[in-house]
Amino acid sequence: MALSIATRELDGVTILDLSGRITLGEGSVQLRDAVRELISKGVKNILIGLGEVNYIDSSGLGELVSAYTTAKNQQANVKLLSLTKKVKDVLQLTKLYTVFDIFDDEASAIASYK
Amino acid sequence: MPRPATERIRLQLASTMDSVAQVEEQAEKFIQSLGVNEDEIFPLVMGIREAAVNAVLHGNGYDPEKSVVITLEHLADSLIITIADQGDGFDPESLSDPREEENLLRGTGRGIFLIRSFFDEVNFRQLHPGTEIRLVKKLADGEPG
Repeated sequence: MALSIATRELDGVTILDLSGRITLGEGSVQLRDAVRELISKGVKNILIGLGEVNYIDSSGLGELVSAYTTAKNQQANVKLLSLTKKVKDVLQLTKLYTVFDIFDDEASAIASYK
Repeated sequence: MPRPATERIRLQLASTMDSVAQVEEQAEKFIQSLGVNEDEIFPLVMGIREAAVNAVLHGNGYDPEKSVVITLEHLADSLIITIADQGDGFDPESLSDPREEENLLRGTGRGIFLIRSFFDEVNFRQLHPGTEIRLVKKLADGEPG
C-alpha cells in the first residue's frame, strides 16, 4: 500500500497522519514534500503520526532524518507519534530512537510543544 | 507430502522498482512456505528488499540494459539468498556504522547495516562486472528442513 498523508492542526501543532509504507518509490517523496511544504509556509511545530505505518525501509528512515534536520535548520520541530512495533524496532536498531522525541499518545505530544 | 530437502527459485529481472516489488513478493511467499515464524518473516523480507534496491539503484542505476539475478534457496537448515547486479561494484568495507554519533543524522547509509542485522551471514562477491550479495539465515528448530 502506498503512503497516504492527512494533515490536521491541533493547538498550534500541525499533525501529519501517515498511513501505508514509507519506502523508496512509495512514500519517501510524499513525506519529503509534505514536510518541506509545511516548513516553507513557516510551520514550526510538526508531529508525524506513524500509527498506521506498517513498513519503513532505509530510504524512509533517511526521509524521517531529513525531515528532522530540515526542520531544525528552520527552527522548527519534528516529533513522532504512535510508532507501530515494526517501525519502533527499526528505529531502535538504527539508534534513531535516540534522535527523535517520540510519543505514544497525542495529548502528551501536543503538550510537549508548549 | 514430505518437503524436498532443497527448494530453489531463480529470477532474472529488469532494473526497476517493479522488480524490487516482485522480489519482495516472491521472497515473502517463499519464506512463508518454509513455515518460518511470522514475526521472523518481516525482517528477512525487509533485508532482501534492501539488497534488491541496492542492486537495482546503486548497482545497475536503473539501467534498462542491465538486469538483476536473484536466487532464493532452502538448503538443509538454511535460507540462502543471492542478489547480483551488473554495476561497477563497491567496497563493503568502506561503509561506516550508521549508529555512530557522527552518522546518526545522515540521510543514507542504513541499508547494508539493516541487512547485516537481519541475517546470520552476509557476504559480497565481485563479479566483474557487478556485485553479488549472499545472505544466509539459519532456520530455527521446528521449521521445515
